[in-house]
Amino acid sequence: MTLTTRSAAELATALQQGETTSVECTTAFLDRIEATNPTINAFLSIDRDGALAKAASVDAARAQGKSLGPLAGLPVAVKDVLCTTDQKTTCASKMLKTFEPPYDADVVRRLREADAVILGKTNMDEFAMGGSNENSAYGLVRNPWDTDRAPGGSSGGSAAAVAADMTPLAIGSDTGGSIRQPAGLCGITGLKPTYGRVSRRGLIAFSSSLDQIGPMARSAKECAMLLQTIAGHDSGDSTSINTPVPDYLTDLEKPLQGLRIGRVAAHFSEGLDPEVAEHVEQTFATYEAAGATIHEVELPHAAYGVPTYYLIAPSEASSNLARYDGAHYGHRWDGTPSDDQGINTFDSPLVEMYCRSRAEGFGPEVKRRIMLGTYALSAGYYDAYYAKALRVRRLIRNDFTQAFEKVDLIGGPVSATPAFKLGEKTDDPIAMYLVDLYTVGANLAGIGGISFPCGFTQSKLPIGFQLQGPALSEPLLLQAAHQYQQTTDWHLQRTTAISS
Amino acid sequence: MTAESKHPFTTVIGLEVHVQLQTQTKLFCGCVTTFGSPPNTQVCPTCLGLPGSLPVMNRRAFDLSLRAALALNCKIASFTKWDRKNYFYPDLPKGYQISQFDLPFSYEGYLEVVDPKGAFEPRTVRIIRVHLEEDAGKSMHDETAGTADSRIDLNRTGTPLCEIVTEPDLRSPEEARAWLNELKLLLVYLGVSDCNMQEGSLRVDANVNLHIPQPDGRLAKTPIVEIKNMNSFRSVERALVYETERQWGEWQDTGAEIGSMPKQTRGWDDSAGVTRGQRHKEESSDYRYFPDPDLVPVTVSEEQVAAVRSTMGEPPALLRKTLAERWDIPAYDADVLVNQGPELVEYFEDLAKKVGEGKVASNWMQQDVLRMLNERGGHIADFPVQPTAVADIIGRVKKGDFDTGRGKEIFAAVLETGKPVDEVVAGMGIAAVDEDDLQKLCEELIAENPKIVADVKGGKEQAAGGLIGQAKRKNPNVNPGKVRALALELIRALP
Ligand SMILES: [Zn+2]
Repeated sequence: MTLTTRSAAELATALQQGETTSVECTTAFLDRIEATNPTINAFLSIDRDGALAKAASVDAARAQGKSLGPLAGLPVAVKDVLCTTDQKTTCASKMLKTFEPPYDADVVRRLREADAVILGKTNMDEFAMGGSNENSAYGLVRNPWDTDRAPGGSSGGSAAAVAADMTPLAIGSDTGGSIRQPAGLCGITGLKPTYGRVSRRGLIAFSSSLDQIGPMARSAKECAMLLQTIAGHDSGDSTSINTPVPDYLTDLEKPLQGLRIGRVAAHFSEGLDPEVAEHVEQTFATYEAAGATIHEVELPHAAYGVPTYYLIAPSEASSNLARYDGAHYGHRWDGTPSDDQGINTFDSPLVEMYCRSRAEGFGPEVKRRIMLGTYALSAGYYDAYYAKALRVRRLIRNDFTQAFEKVDLIGGPVSATPAFKLGEKTDDPIAMYLVDLYTVGANLAGIGGISFPCGFTQSKLPIGFQLQGPALSEPLLLQAAHQYQQTTDWHLQRTTAISS
Repeated sequence: MTAESKHPFTTVIGLEVHVQLQTQTKLFCGCVTTFGSPPNTQVCPTCLGLPGSLPVMNRRAFDLSLRAALALNCKIASFTKWDRKNYFYPDLPKGYQISQFDLPFSYEGYLEVVDPKGAFEPRTVRIIRVHLEEDAGKSMHDETAGTADSRIDLNRTGTPLCEIVTEPDLRSPEEARAWLNELKLLLVYLGVSDCNMQEGSLRVDANVNLHIPQPDGRLAKTPIVEIKNMNSFRSVERALVYETERQWGEWQDTGAEIGSMPKQTRGWDDSAGVTRGQRHKEESSDYRYFPDPDLVPVTVSEEQVAAVRSTMGEPPALLRKTLAERWDIPAYDADVLVNQGPELVEYFEDLAKKVGEGKVASNWMQQDVLRMLNERGGHIADFPVQPTAVADIIGRVKKGDFDTGRGKEIFAAVLETGKPVDEVVAGMGIAAVDEDDLQKLCEELIAENPKIVADVKGGKEQAAGGLIGQAKRKNPNVNPGKVRALALELIRALP
């Protein structure tokens, strides 16, 4: 059995028992990346030297019997939205092409302290804005199950990297579904934790009130391992939750007897792909067979989730991305006169520098969202758009609160369709925004959600199932997903669509 | 030179004051706030606005701003939040300023100003709101010459700033200046700010217009003008005087009233002594305020307010009263002393305690210490003569070693030379005059001044005063009182 097809849990055991070394293991994944990345483009930067140096130091420490962190010697890939001191952090944008952060994100610091081996930074939609990973300034990512299809986004690089065995563990970020949706489309497991459970410090902000970092791996158990390391209070993030982190592995093996899972009828209305619907229904049946009970619940305002999300997220983004003005760091217009962008008159040279730097540095989707958000916050429109969106957000949150009085978790599809063709939705922003239909609710409500594979289409494309739970229900979400994975093997299927 | 006396209108002034809080560290990060450090040495990812950085509120800065608001008699909101004010400027690295928009932490206060000379009636100025925000950096650049010439110092970025907005309750430029002095004094006494305008820790913008009664009984109002770029309270007064005259002239020329044009911003040119119109950029900008999602709302409990209040100390208005009572000095004296700031009051109280007599100490403070301070242009904290030395001199005067005039000379010499009082007294040849010497001196004087002797004998005792001047010329150390007493005694003893 090659090292790269083993799960992180198996690799951890093999490392502890001296069956393999971290250097051997890291080398295997780096070689796999080297072989497959030209096709998949999951990684924006690969830190071979840094990774091998860390692996060697872990091996040496292990040989000397020194105590090691919980992820000692295990490779992990980090979405390029998290600041790293030893690698550029680009957010897949031309704007930050050369940006070298002077500090590590809190999550990266925790990974290093856990003795994980960081392989490199993964591709994504520019500034995490997108659902197909076609918005990267450094090329799109291909779905390892069908390289003509999108891996989903915005954490498409992390999802594809895990699916293609380029890494056993990856870090993603989820603002409206950016972990769960690509996990679903790539046939892996991804968890969006409760807002505030993982520190956002060093996460380059897209929408501060929605962004949350989470683990991505093949299985729920590996997600639990990774979450254990990255979760926790950070006094440097005012929105961080200050409650103890439970042991996410403890409850995994407990049976699901008595678990109440909600089913939302509206999830199965028109637009849901029949194959997806079939496998999702089957998953409910599997849960029932495992001792859970299924209950119909309603999320009356779910239909307003996408429009609400596309007012709040761009509004915050328009402000969060104002700092990229060419004045202090990042891309700056080199002064070459040009009317490429169709703008020729400026109030001052300073304004011209701002406009041209931003026109050149940002891609079209980022610009679209900055404009949307700027508009929604403008005088005269604020009440009709942003303020109203905040009110609907409260209603959506209340929907979940009420639903969770009746059930422990809510199940359903992650996406309406399996992976779509590259280019299929790029000319239709609205269609692209609707890929977040089932996932934005958890972000708006600040609750947890997990996505994991529940089957394949006839054409061998993964189908995902989503469970959503109340705030801080990560142990239950992980347990429910893990128990499902104990009786199914969808998460163990490997793609044959790419050669190694 | 109030405008009212010359013209048939009322000047209406409101102020917007920005005060930097005297905190060790910035409002949303741990960087220090020392003024004058080399550019960009007091910065971190947060105040540089680097990608991924997050703000965390400095509770000490918040408490200090609570203190200011309480001293300004403001109501304190139990719930307040942070908003982003979005605009692009090179000294604003995040592209937005963290400020407070619709829910400021305090509102509806007032501060009274009383002119001890009575030049204007006591004036209570209502305060609309006091809110907290982060300061921007400083940029020095030439927009016309392109980007290469811009220089930005972000040391100041993120320094806590209190914005105090008044109702338009001031009625003359001199009132505005006096009120600002009172505000500054208050904030200095509370340790909220050093209010140093040169270092930019206090900045003032003024809104001014004229209310002109019309023959038909209607009140015409001229367009409101906001004046910026005033670097001292004196500039504020001058700018307001100028602007009042300018608006009066414009009114007579055009008759333009409020609402006929957008609010105008004019900058004060101190050397030219004029205000000049600025580009109308401010008016057209939309700051797109919205709640900052990186920060959590702040709650303020009654207990927290009480805790801040308990550490506030006496505000100047109260101190003027208690100082006058405690040391039995006139209100005028207390006013002069308090207006000099807390360190001088501390100096005075130390001196008064040592001297045991408030009025004597107060006289010395005003006639000697303050005069010397003004001449030297320093601050009381750096004044080389300590209260102990001044009390020593006063004590010797009271004992009769020398008179007050001589005492003042000694004080000046102590200040000049930096030597101890003893040494200065000895060096000046000042020693208590021997009783025998005094007797001899008086006998000489009587022999030399038969006319004075005759006058005294004739019942005009005050004629003896003529002897004192002569005595001082013969021996500068003699005590005039003693000379007078002994001379009278000797004259009476004459046959
Ligand atoms: Zn800082």
